[in-house]
Amino acid sequence: MELAYLEISELAEKLRKKEISSVELTKYFLERVKKYGTENELNAFLTITEKEALLQAEEADRILSKDPNASVLTGIPYAAKDLFSTKGIRTTASSKILDQFVPVFDSTVISKLNSEKSVLLGKTNLDEFAHGSSTETSAYGPSKNPWDTTRIPGGSSGGSAAAVAAGLVPFALATETGGSIRLPASLCGVCGWKPTYGRVSRYGVIAMTSSNDSPGTIARSVKDLAYTAEILSGHDAKDSTTSVKDIPNYAANLRSDLKGVKIGVPKEYFVSGMQPEVETKIHEAIEKLKELGAEIIEVSLPLTKYGSLVYAIVTPAEISSNLARFDGIRYGHRSKDAKELLDIYAKSREEGFGDEAKRRIMTGTYALSAGYYDAYYLKAQKVRRLLVNEFNDVFEKVDALVCASVPNVAQKIGTAKDNPLFGYIADQLNIPASMAGLPALSIPCGFAKTEDDTSVEMPVGLQIIGPQWGEQNIFNIGHAYQTITDWHKKYPKGFGE
Amino acid sequence: MILTTEQVRKIAALARIKLTDDEVEKFRKELSVVLDYVSELEKVNTDGVEEISQVTGLENVLREDIARLSEFRDAIIASFPERKDDFLKIKSIL
Repeated sequence: MELAYLEISELAEKLRKKEISSVELTKYFLERVKKYGTENELNAFLTITEKEALLQAEEADRILSKDPNASVLTGIPYAAKDLFSTKGIRTTASSKILDQFVPVFDSTVISKLNSEKSVLLGKTNLDEFAHGSSTETSAYGPSKNPWDTTRIPGGSSGGSAAAVAAGLVPFALATETGGSIRLPASLCGVCGWKPTYGRVSRYGVIAMTSSNDSPGTIARSVKDLAYTAEILSGHDAKDSTTSVKDIPNYAANLRSDLKGVKIGVPKEYFVSGMQPEVETKIHEAIEKLKELGAEIIEVSLPLTKYGSLVYAIVTPAEISSNLARFDGIRYGHRSKDAKELLDIYAKSREEGFGDEAKRRIMTGTYALSAGYYDAYYLKAQKVRRLLVNEFNDVFEKVDALVCASVPNVAQKIGTAKDNPLFGYIADQLNIPASMAGLPALSIPCGFAKTEDDTSVEMPVGLQIIGPQWGEQNIFNIGHAYQTITDWHKKYPKGFGE
Repeated sequence: MILTTEQVRKIAALARIKLTDDEVEKFRKELSVVLDYVSELEKVNTDGVEEISQVTGLENVLREDIARLSEFRDAIIASFPERKDDFLKIKSIL
């Protein structure tokens, strides 16, 4: 029986019908993780939690045997980006400064999945502290794209995206700050959900940019994302920015047509430098949405090009503040060479942080320093308000926006690493929605030839952006698209199929 | 926007990161590239615009200030890099 590329809902059905147990499912996916997910293979996993997983699966089987109303996620294996604190399980943020760090509590989303008896198989690789768009800034080396292992999977949630793409887990937890779910989902040909800011709790997620950080999921279909969204969303007293708004039954509400739905196509998202073949795929996808009954309206968002500039100031600024806590004092790496207190800070941080983290901390320190605050941070937060207003205006006219997630398909590993602007440019189409706290999806919509080798085709992602709290809008559009296309059912060769 | 080596050393000192001379030069160039990139923002007219810091419009989320015991005390102490009994050990300050 082949299970690797089944959706959560299909696996849940098998569990309910007793065709398979959660323990069997867990062992099956653990084997795949150990065979394809490790350092010398996709390098998608930093830690494998076999013992804990098998215990949890036994627990799930007990619940499934007596509760016919158990959640669709009960007994389903998953992986979590190594940015989510997991009690008693090493959590590194892919940084040497947290190499041996073992959290004393679970992040809220991990607790929620624990309550459902979902089965954590391990922790996935990411750009160090989620600073990057390729996983190349990870202290443990880059993850590889399952469609072509010489290419980047995207980042920062590259390990999570690669793991789902290669069928090592049915879904994975990931986080977004400015494209870190949508970009790797796009480059790896899987589905990613970036929630409205405050829809999902940040508690226990190692902080990057607190005004943006949004934990979400990567999975094989929009329907699966909708299931995870129902479980992960909600108010959390431990994160005061979470909302008390009701959580719709996203999955049950899904529709298979788009009659009466107005979809905006923002012309500024067809940027110069975009691969023509990517642009073609996006237009083909828009035609499909039209077939489904949607009304397509061209719209204009003139401030789009400033989104990544705002991000390039706000993000390092908040990083410099959030990463001040990693000082070698209370936990994490402490330099052995320190002779006095100031040395503990400066040497522990020198030894513990990689180049990208140092670059962002210093950029942010500068942008917030005396005399520069008004010119950088304050200016950026003013432009950010204009970006929010511009989106609000356009959502008076349309229910959602569609465009590309990333202007180019996956490039070779090693070509992004030394460009200090790589992430800001790769994520230029993802960042504006992030700065405005909007929910968005990236879903597969075809393949395009790479720029360096026309014999290689890599996945293209369609981005769907909704108004704040408009998750249902984007899930409906994505799901309807997936009822008449099968791009989301494609999977890479070479992983046991 | 070109930073000087002195500026980079000052930023690194504020950020509590020790840098070698080579790193100072490397980051001087790279930070200059980033600052150059963001300088385009000056072109956006923000006269009379108020800055935004909370995009979903929440303000002053309050809770009661009640003291409670931490359930994590022992686990937190166990993760100290250096300790003496239950005390966190650091280098002398004076």
